[in-house]
Amino acid sequence: MTPISIAFLPLTDSAVLVAAREKGFAAQHGIDLNLVRSTSWATVRDRLVYGQVQAAHMLAPLAIAVTLGLSQHPSALAAPFKLNVNGNALTMSTAFAAALDPDLARRIADPIAAAHDFATAIGLHHRKPIIGIVHRFSSHALMLRYWLAYAGVDPDRDLALRVLPPSLMVEALRAGEVDGFISGAPWASVAVAEGIGDLAAVGASIWQRGVEKVLAFRTPWMESESELVDRLLVVLSQAAAWCDAAENHAELASLLAGPAYVAQPAEMILPMLTGRLIARAGEPPVLLPDSLLFHREAAAFPWRSQALWIYSQFVRWKMVEHSAKAERLAADVFRSDVYRRALGQAGVPMPGASMKVEGALGAPLAVGSHRGALTLGPDRFFDGRVFDPHHIGAYLAELAR
Amino acid sequence: MPPCLILRVRGVDSRLRIVIIDDSGLRATVLEEGLREAGYEDIHLVPPKGAFVARLERIAPDVVLMDLGSPSRDTLEEMLAVSRALAKPIAMFVDQSDEHMIGAAIDAGVSAYVVDGLRKDRVKPILDLAIRRFNAFSKMQIELDEAKTALAERKTIDRAKAILMESRKLSEADAYALLRTTAMNQGRRIADVAEALITASSLLGGQM
Repeated sequence: MTPISIAFLPLTDSAVLVAAREKGFAAQHGIDLNLVRSTSWATVRDRLVYGQVQAAHMLAPLAIAVTLGLSQHPSALAAPFKLNVNGNALTMSTAFAAALDPDLARRIADPIAAAHDFATAIGLHHRKPIIGIVHRFSSHALMLRYWLAYAGVDPDRDLALRVLPPSLMVEALRAGEVDGFISGAPWASVAVAEGIGDLAAVGASIWQRGVEKVLAFRTPWMESESELVDRLLVVLSQAAAWCDAAENHAELASLLAGPAYVAQPAEMILPMLTGRLIARAGEPPVLLPDSLLFHREAAAFPWRSQALWIYSQFVRWKMVEHSAKAERLAADVFRSDVYRRALGQAGVPMPGASMKVEGALGAPLAVGSHRGALTLGPDRFFDGRVFDPHHIGAYLAELAR
Repeated sequence: MPPCLILRVRGVDSRLRIVIIDDSGLRATVLEEGLREAGYEDIHLVPPKGAFVARLERIAPDVVLMDLGSPSRDTLEEMLAVSRALAKPIAMFVDQSDEHMIGAAIDAGVSAYVVDGLRKDRVKPILDLAIRRFNAFSKMQIELDEAKTALAERKTIDRAKAILMESRKLSEADAYALLRTTAMNQGRRIADVAEALITASSLLGGQM
């Protein structure tokens, strides 16, 4: 057995790692998987960067930010595998949400109207709304910015964005320290169940196939341990397929509920897995079919264009100054070549390309694949814009207009 | 061996302003004490609650020491990034090349933020000391937990002995011998047998 330690944060989207260990996929491939629970992204980052663990469950934008040196010392990280697509939600206090569309299903399904309603609600609120985000370099913070900017909100001027760890969000909302928060599951469900918040939006309706967590390695370690990395990716791919299957959702929720993992009741974890989200306490669930993807549609494939979309948002929000070098470094974090090498022989459907125009698919589309049938799901941004990774400058100019 | 002497030789800079951010009041005190003994004078304890970063800004420290396990690290880093709490961009460690020390710090659960450009030899003794104190503290905690467990077990055994003495009319020595023999025969710990006996006795409505 080869030991591998992976740092993670207690969130529903650590599911693939937990299943890899608990359902024996790792052991079957001779890997003794040690999952190191952490309490902050800073600690996950430090454990990875300073070699206390070999890999980490990481916010995709954080992996890019660490590589670019935007979060402490620069350190080259590589993400050859996405741990999930979608799965976050924006929860607002019941007081703030009273100014949003009272029809919950419509509020979630129509993010354009919801963005305008939200912009109006900002003006009606008794103070500049304070919104909890889990990290400056989190996928959900970038989506929140993208969504509200559409309705003319300047997130740096009109909102106070406050960084809090996911596990403290509910407490902060209860204490009135924040007016809402955007984070990964299960925290929205916990806040809604306590009757202190309503869902205002879900990431999946802002970007239908939004990048979330990745498995990150130190690049030099990944390069020198290619055999082991390939074996681990096969393990994670099998675990991801298991996590995606509807018949396993109940078992997965109870595994994640354990004290070593998310340590929240299974009934708080299940809704994001099944796509039946309670948007307000006491109301029937809102149906969201693609609430969280682990495996289908090659969800784990790290499209280089997705890394570049994240980079484009860094530039947009002045988190980094654009340069050809930074752009290349960012794209290179998503290692589709390693994914292909590891899983090419494993019978996993493999996209023919490594870049695509993001946001161009309005309906499922069968695409060129090296092995097996591969259908990509709709991946539109809610405003209908498309992101062409070859024309980032033009894309940003259009967004600034 | 007076540790302060050794540290002074390495060049303790008592003018450095140090902030310790810690949830556990006791550990912070242990660390503060160590720093004072070593000759540092300008030390501030800040619990990671409420507007702690605003306090930090007013203090304007050169070095911030923080529990690596604190969930507030992301909050602190964000505020350090946007505010001027530390004069310049900050770094977890002065010199990334010292992998061994960084490993020791992470193992001990110490994270540190320092003003960029502060010389490594000025900060290293502080970090060394923090690592030693954090390690000593967790060892102390383990010993304390063990002591608590031992005390609780002794109480359990005493109660089980009392039940046996009462119900079987045994002497204290015989009651203990019976517990020990049962434990040996069943391959269990005496405390576990005693626990089971107390449970059974209370279920049967016996005298406790």
